[in-house]
Amino acid sequence: MHFELNEEQKEIKRAIREFCEKEFTPELGLEFDEKEEFPMELYRKAAKLGFTSMRIPEQYEGQGYGLLEECIVVEEMCRAEPGIGAAISLGNLMVPDILLKHGTEEQKEKYIPPLAKGDATSAAAFTEPEHGSDITRMDTTAVKQGNEWIINGSKEFITNAPIADYFIILCQTDQEIQPSHRGQSLFLAEKGMAGLEATKLHGKMGIKPCITGSLALSDLRVPENNLVGELNKGFYYTLELFNGTRITVAAQAVGMAQGAFERAFNYAKNRKQFGRPIIDFQAISFKLAEMATKIEAARLLTYRAAWLYDQGKADPAATSMAKAYASRVAMEVTDEAIQIHGGYGYLADYHVERYHRCAKITEIYEGTTEMQKLTIMNFLKKRI
Amino acid sequence: MDILVCVKHVPETAEADIKIDSTGKTIEKAGLVFDINEWDDYAVEEAVRIKEKLGGTVTVITVGSEDANSTLRKCLARGADKAIRLSDPKFEGSDSYAIAKILHKAIKDLPFDLIFTGAQAGDDGYAMVGPILAQLLGIPHATMVKKIELKNGVARVNRELEGGLEEIVEVKLPAVLTIQTGINEPRYVSIMGIRKAMKKEIKVLGMTELGLSENEVGEAGSWIKIEKLYVPPVEKQAEFLDGTPEEIAAKIAEILKARGLV
Repeated sequence: MHFELNEEQKEIKRAIREFCEKEFTPELGLEFDEKEEFPMELYRKAAKLGFTSMRIPEQYEGQGYGLLEECIVVEEMCRAEPGIGAAISLGNLMVPDILLKHGTEEQKEKYIPPLAKGDATSAAAFTEPEHGSDITRMDTTAVKQGNEWIINGSKEFITNAPIADYFIILCQTDQEIQPSHRGQSLFLAEKGMAGLEATKLHGKMGIKPCITGSLALSDLRVPENNLVGELNKGFYYTLELFNGTRITVAAQAVGMAQGAFERAFNYAKNRKQFGRPIIDFQAISFKLAEMATKIEAARLLTYRAAWLYDQGKADPAATSMAKAYASRVAMEVTDEAIQIHGGYGYLADYHVERYHRCAKITEIYEGTTEMQKLTIMNFLKKRI
Repeated sequence: MDILVCVKHVPETAEADIKIDSTGKTIEKAGLVFDINEWDDYAVEEAVRIKEKLGGTVTVITVGSEDANSTLRKCLARGADKAIRLSDPKFEGSDSYAIAKILHKAIKDLPFDLIFTGAQAGDDGYAMVGPILAQLLGIPHATMVKKIELKNGVARVNRELEGGLEEIVEVKLPAVLTIQTGINEPRYVSIMGIRKAMKKEIKVLGMTELGLSENEVGEAGSWIKIEKLYVPPVEKQAEFLDGTPEEIAAKIAEILKARGLV
């Protein structure tokens, strides 16, 4: 048992913390929250320093670390600013992840380095208007014609869709097969291709700097060699992907909880009522003690799931436990952080309500909490 | 251009609650976050920029325990080539003079054109190591440096004076320059930098390896003896004067006269 980050991981944590404290300012967070705009300049700056390519190998211009190191970075980004943090920390992880595991050498060399360096952005499109948690059947289809695939359908709630240069799209390639998930495949597409149209979605509750959109695909033609991995393996590749990325969502949740906690803690130390700082009242101090305990528990679940993944022992139950628990903790802690701030907490200028609004997504995207609990039970039943 | 930069691993004290420990001679260090001294941060950056422009090497040196490795790693991650840590339990309690003696022993046989230190340290704020080190090495120095131009073996530097004034002096190399904050904008540590830094070795030298004896270092080798540390007592609040501007002016004049200030 070893419960400490190693020297290198501590250096990574310190480097990303320094960067975020200077660059991911609350004022900027508020501005981008209001504008609903992706912080492109900041994304590029973070990418140039290596913070957005932690898990990409060095040969593709990445940093060659594991999921645990990625979680450290994601956590710090979301601690500093939940909206900008979410926008920069997650949207671009999926496409390189899938390509690294299943792409051809040609696909890797073409698409991964620009993403690693922050010269491009990407979107992975799984969800459809009629298929959220249940992706066992896709209404989007890909039909082979000559040496091309013709894609038709629509995708919804796709992170980065309106700003992405590269896309990976989950399609039904065999419409007869039962069960239907055995007939799905992943395809690469690029911005500007005829038949691919993205629309920006407005009015999200939180993570507004993280741009979400829908994709309309009408006779989108992609070359044959844009198929990713094997034909009809798309569903399996997607679940495998979530095994890792769900842990980074847990890390986002831990970071958001930590950031809100620190704001509440500092506020409680300075805010005086009845002649003393409110932190001296048990009602407040017990809240803070419980918040800190829950964050620590969530962080340990997250780090353990990441560690298992890095050891090649990826455990879907551990992953789902981390995501379900950390996201709940993020909701509870950010809620209490507002409560400790009282009326000020309800104001945007105090920057704590934003943490709460942003935290909610961690209970929803990349598998709702309910889906995580199903996964946990499925694996427990097999084991016990 | 080979540059040595002397750095210090110091507690971050700007926002921390500082308490004096039970000996009454130092502060409680538990719970404080340590990092590179702010002034040294600028010194390292300046050295790396010069190296990137003119070639050569940057070596960072510190006196400190193993904890100080993180400060050295940060310098390596930002572009320093080598790191040396001078470490011995006997070094504990050294004042600026003793620290300068330790640094001198390590530096005297190394090749260098320039030595940078921070203008001062964020913890004790003595601002003495640089000038003493220069004296021990028998080379010129300039303090509070805000700008450096190098030409034909001479450093033309801007020194910060009181009241926003600067003076320009020329210093023959090799020399010691103590660097003031604001001379540049230190870069962020990149992940690529960390990867490189972790592969580099930190050379560690102890008291005997440096050819020093017990009475030259620590409290025995220091000229400053700390008797007592205390928090300055809170003095009487400022006095507010009431009245019309004329009345207030008259009162101020009276007070100044009464204290013999005019």
